[in-house]
Amino acid sequence: MNPFAEREKALLELERRIGELRAATADQPTDMSSEIAALESRYQEILRDVYGRPTAWQRVHIARHPDRPTALEYITALDRFDELHGDRYYRDDQAVVGGLGLLRGRAIMAIGQQRGRDTKENLRRNFGMVAPEGYRKVRRLALLASRFGVPIVTFIDTKGADPGISSEEHAQSEAIAQSLVAFTNARVPIVAAVVGEGGSGGALALGIADRVIMLENSTYSVASPEGCAAILWADASKAEEAAEHLKLTAQDLMRYGIIDEVVPEPLGGANRDPNAVVARVLERVDAALTALERLTPSELLTARYEKYRRMGAWGERAPAVGG
Amino acid sequence: MPMPEWLNRRRGKNDDRDAAQWSKCPNCGEMLYRRDLAANLYVCSRCGYHFRMGAYDRISTIVDGDFTEIGAEVRSSDPLLWSDRKSYPAKLAGDRERSGLSEGIVCGFGEIGGYEAALGVMDFHFRGGTMGTVVGERVTLLLEEARRRRLPCVLFTASGGARMEEGMFALMQLAKTTAAVTRFMGDGNLLFTVLTDPTTGGVSASFAFQADVVIAEPGAMIGFAGRRVIEQTIRQRLPDRFQTAEFLLEKGHIDMVVERRHIKDILARLLEYAAKGAQRLQEASR
Repeated sequence: MNPFAEREKALLELERRIGELRAATADQPTDMSSEIAALESRYQEILRDVYGRPTAWQRVHIARHPDRPTALEYITALDRFDELHGDRYYRDDQAVVGGLGLLRGRAIMAIGQQRGRDTKENLRRNFGMVAPEGYRKVRRLALLASRFGVPIVTFIDTKGADPGISSEEHAQSEAIAQSLVAFTNARVPIVAAVVGEGGSGGALALGIADRVIMLENSTYSVASPEGCAAILWADASKAEEAAEHLKLTAQDLMRYGIIDEVVPEPLGGANRDPNAVVARVLERVDAALTALERLTPSELLTARYEKYRRMGAWGERAPAVGG
Repeated sequence: MPMPEWLNRRRGKNDDRDAAQWSKCPNCGEMLYRRDLAANLYVCSRCGYHFRMGAYDRISTIVDGDFTEIGAEVRSSDPLLWSDRKSYPAKLAGDRERSGLSEGIVCGFGEIGGYEAALGVMDFHFRGGTMGTVVGERVTLLLEEARRRRLPCVLFTASGGARMEEGMFALMQLAKTTAAVTRFMGDGNLLFTVLTDPTTGGVSASFAFQADVVIAEPGAMIGFAGRRVIEQTIRQRLPDRFQTAEFLLEKGHIDMVVERRHIKDILARLLEYAAKGAQRLQEASR
């Protein structure tokens, strides 16, 4: 399933051996540096080989890596965070985390989809698939951000909205539709960071923003590759093929003008140096907010309308690629 | 019903052939003579099953007389250069031929029960009513023009969701139409939606449920996730009524379920309330 699993084992094994050799040479007079150098060069070679030019499907797996920083890693790296809970109607959906906080001294409303970092947390967080109660919490917090006058920062990481019975009974469509309205109407700057998977309307419900930044190996698509394969060919196992068709990489979406910035990751993915990636994303969010600070609320709303008004390619003379 | 001249012009060559055909009701199995079925607004005379209806047929049952189409010049492109079993342009060409439509929605202006309104009608026969850039652009143009003319807007939905073959360009149409709906409604203009079979995914999760009043046809399948997706997720069969218009009415998601033959009357009444309200507001602010 995961195209990297075997190769990652080899890398981890090399990492272990390099570590052992280093520890050994620290205590002993024997010079092992040439052996360490050889192992390290082998290590870099495998890294480049495995991760150098990942296919779309490989990026899907990097985006889903269990050690990739999740929304909470970004949120807890803020200077301060006070979580706010619940939709005020029915329950507090743990698949989405939100609240007020400080980013480099600036007050913000931070909202993110939260998948679990282990099985137990995944069950509590519903694998980051948000239910209507969660989208109603998102909407409430977006409205609250305008009340406070603080910008909204979202961290997108979801395969898609929760597709369960109770989600349908509680009007998933309406919850997403109204979250879209709340973001469209917000009189404060919005910066969205796609930090993992961005799957369909369930991701877009946190994704209407003045600036959209995306990690190099994150994906963002009209449906998850599995969902797309199921819809088009009634066969979710053709996900790899769908992933290549969907043009879901940050590079593609940058080329299409659908996102505004690609944030680089270390070779092999954010999981290889989570702290550095978290710091880099927050730095880019901060820069985007600084740039947006200059706009008045009505200028923001006009610019946001015009941005989305232009989205789409149609007509005989529409740019095919690279618009 | 007399066929308006614009409708005659619009109808494809398939129509003569269809007129001689019989259709089997998918619900009760009754064989229905196609011409009788059309005369009965594509509702089974035996069990009341509502067939999926073509956009121009629908418009002819809703507007009083003339219908001025807008956005027809907006045509599909192939932004991702998509090709799976068939190329995307070939799929589009096939659907244009079969349906006689240029895309999945027809938009324009006409009178409904004497009240002028903007009207957009989606058609499931074109790419399953999926929303790509053309559907998004036409809805947006309609709402922008209705806003300029301060007219209420009625949208009939029929959609399998966002169109896969246009990738993120399709998903962005949710954002674009939401922006247009928000501006339109923000100026005090009223939006009514009529959800027909099926209304799912990206269309359901945007303008379908952003309207002031939401109506549905009997038996219409309405939801976010498709039935198959849910059944695969929970690994059990869903009850037949799940995600039907009647189920949604019971759960409080929609305002009313209205039989096809009464939909025009209901819309006309809503437009009348809107006109009276607008008049009162105008007088009160004087």
